[in-house]
Amino acid sequence: MTISNQHKICAKRVSVYYGAKKAIDDVSLNFDQRYVTALIGPSGCGKSTFLRTLNRMNDTVPSARIEGDITLDGEDIYDPSMDVVQLRARVGMVFQKPNPFPKSIFENVAYGPRIHGLAANKTQLAEIVERSLRRAGLWDEVKDRLSDSGTALSGGQQQRLCIARAIAVDPEVILMDEPCSALDPIATAKIEELIHELNGRYAIVIVTHNMQQAARVSQRTAFFHLGTLVEYGATSDIFTNPRQERTKDYITGRYG
Amino acid sequence: MSLLALFLVVAGLGLIGWLTARMRAVAFRRGSTARFSSLPSHFGGYVALWTVLPAALFLAVWAATSPALVTNSVLKDPIAAQLPPPGFDRAAILSEARSLAAGTSFGAFNPLAEKLAPAYAVAQTQIDWIGTAVALLLVFATGGFAYTRVRPDFRARTKVEFVVMGGLLAASLIAILTTLGIVASLLFESWRFFEIVPITDFLFGTHWSPQVIDPADPGATLGAVPLFWGTFLIGAVIAMIVAIPFGLMSAVYLTQYASGAARRWMKPILEILAGVPTVVYGYFAALTIAPAVRDFAVSIGVTWASSESALAAGLVMGVMIIPFVSSMADDSLAAVPASMRDGSLAMGATSSETIRRVLLPAALPGVVGGVLLAVSRAIGETMIVVMAASGVATLTLNPFASATTVTKQIVDLLTGEAEFDSPKTLAAFALGLTLFVITLLLNIVALTVVKRYREAYE
Ligand SMILES: Nc1ncnc2c1ncn2[C@@H]1O[C@H](COP(=O)(O)OP(=O)(O)OP(=O)(O)O)[C@@H](O)[C@H]1O
Ligand SMILES: [Mg+2]
Repeated sequence: MTISNQHKICAKRVSVYYGAKKAIDDVSLNFDQRYVTALIGPSGCGKSTFLRTLNRMNDTVPSARIEGDITLDGEDIYDPSMDVVQLRARVGMVFQKPNPFPKSIFENVAYGPRIHGLAANKTQLAEIVERSLRRAGLWDEVKDRLSDSGTALSGGQQQRLCIARAIAVDPEVILMDEPCSALDPIATAKIEELIHELNGRYAIVIVTHNMQQAARVSQRTAFFHLGTLVEYGATSDIFTNPRQERTKDYITGRYG
Repeated sequence: MSLLALFLVVAGLGLIGWLTARMRAVAFRRGSTARFSSLPSHFGGYVALWTVLPAALFLAVWAATSPALVTNSVLKDPIAAQLPPPGFDRAAILSEARSLAAGTSFGAFNPLAEKLAPAYAVAQTQIDWIGTAVALLLVFATGGFAYTRVRPDFRARTKVEFVVMGGLLAASLIAILTTLGIVASLLFESWRFFEIVPITDFLFGTHWSPQVIDPADPGATLGAVPLFWGTFLIGAVIAMIVAIPFGLMSAVYLTQYASGAARRWMKPILEILAGVPTVVYGYFAALTIAPAVRDFAVSIGVTWASSESALAAGLVMGVMIIPFVSSMADDSLAAVPASMRDGSLAMGATSSETIRRVLLPAALPGVVGGVLLAVSRAIGETMIVVMAASGVATLTLNPFASATTVTKQIVDLLTGEAEFDSPKTLAAFALGLTLFVITLLLNIVALTVVKRYREAYE
């Protein structure tokens, strides 16, 4: 194993409890810059739980408790001196169901920059919004209606708006929890294309139930089962040549 | 037989009908393996309903019409020819005779009444007998008819369901019809008022002193603008300045910050606050807050501050409304999907930023609707202002000055001794109608807003 601070995010012996129930059991996993990592596994195995430990979103669940270490660029993110506001600006998140705020498209994207004070004036803010929407591949569709409500967009557009919102604060890592599960195949293809384009710039961690999607978008894949990490490796290896029987069963569909 | 006794007999017969029908149904179900659409109790209910309902309906109608029938037949009596022409005297004599005949009074003021009493007694007995006979006949006819239909293939269940539905419908109609009746009577009395006082004088006049009405120009002192203003100042401005921030903040605390334990004891306390009788708030306003407000005003140099200030009544009314606003806001905040909150937190927003920038804006329509409902409540609130507000209508912006409200004036106008057709008394109805229309509009707007908002998050 290499020294932890060469990795973007380094999770070491992480366990998560909800009350007395253990949802994640002793998982160690590293994520690197410019890689897309897919988290796969049967429903309820703890993928979302693990993902949410990476930006401390589990802090919002009163019963959740975490053990182990997670570092971002070598900094312990659960250290009391860690500023959660800063952490979440650096580690953005896109949710399963598109959740644009009931505000205008512009304000949705401007939300993060405003909170973090990233723009000195209106022009800069407008630039950030445009750049983010362009990167999210949404600019051409919405440039004439920036003041319309974000909730008036189609599901796929809403999800891209949420991605634009996340990248507007220039994060280093983007976490995506089943970002396409509420979308049709065309909207899904657009998001996958977008992930490819974002690939070089951010570390991306994506939870998916869709094996083809995992194979298409990711370079690395981690297979979870019952709260444990079963296998982690290059996506091509996991899908063509899994080392573990359980992994093989799961990706060949012999497993729930 | 008295009406009550008759009702009891009919009910008893209904019970018997229920039992026999049930027994019959049990009998034909026994030994049969077929499936029946109705249970024995449905047959019982069916027969009982047919036994009781027609007779009861008849008795209800009969109870309403039979006194007139009795009087009619008494009037055919030769003695009745001596009665004075229709009018107050005649009605008085007849009612005396009636109570003599019924034995509820012994001795009459008018000798003619004593003479008529025996005729009354005879007619009453006759009518009673007819009523009893028809009722019992109905019981047996309809009950018997129903009993003959108790057969295995008869769907008593659906018939009983139908009657149950009818009963429920009638129950809900009663509230609606009562409202309509109230509105109609308000409209009628207000109409009479507006025949005397021009509606423009009433709605736009700025001078209100119903104690001194000039018969030649009653509208001159019946201008309700000071009342509307006082109502608005107390109920919609001062009370809301108290209720909106405190209600909202308590809702935000309860939904976003409070731990489960804190929520568990704070919510019930707020709800209890909503259940305190308004007259208790009234004491509090009149005895504690009003003097305190006046002393405060004096201490800051407002020498002519009233001890019945708009501020005192408005403050207490605001406190009364806090739980209401809080619970409406609580509902609205809870209706904002958790994903909004997560989305904002995941962007690095703090809790308070999330509340200010996402949750409250998203909940705003619901909150606004709740506030409008609260306003409509506050302006209809009576007890606090009766006890703490002034009776003098002043058109003032100063919260330390005395102000009065529509509801307070209605009470004042109707509690004096006044004839029921003087402009002064009728003005109360016009005020009531105005208040009713305003609160109705407020409620409609508020409910539409709230409903739209709920749909937005379906
Ligand atoms: N807030 C919570 N409180 C208690 N238990 C929870 C909570 N959230 C998740 N769990 C439990 O933790 C376990 C892992 O849940 P998690 O949502 O991480 O699974 P998942 O792999 O994301 O599943 P899915 O593929 O269905 O999204 C499950 O057993 C779940 O019941
Ligand atoms: Mg999940």
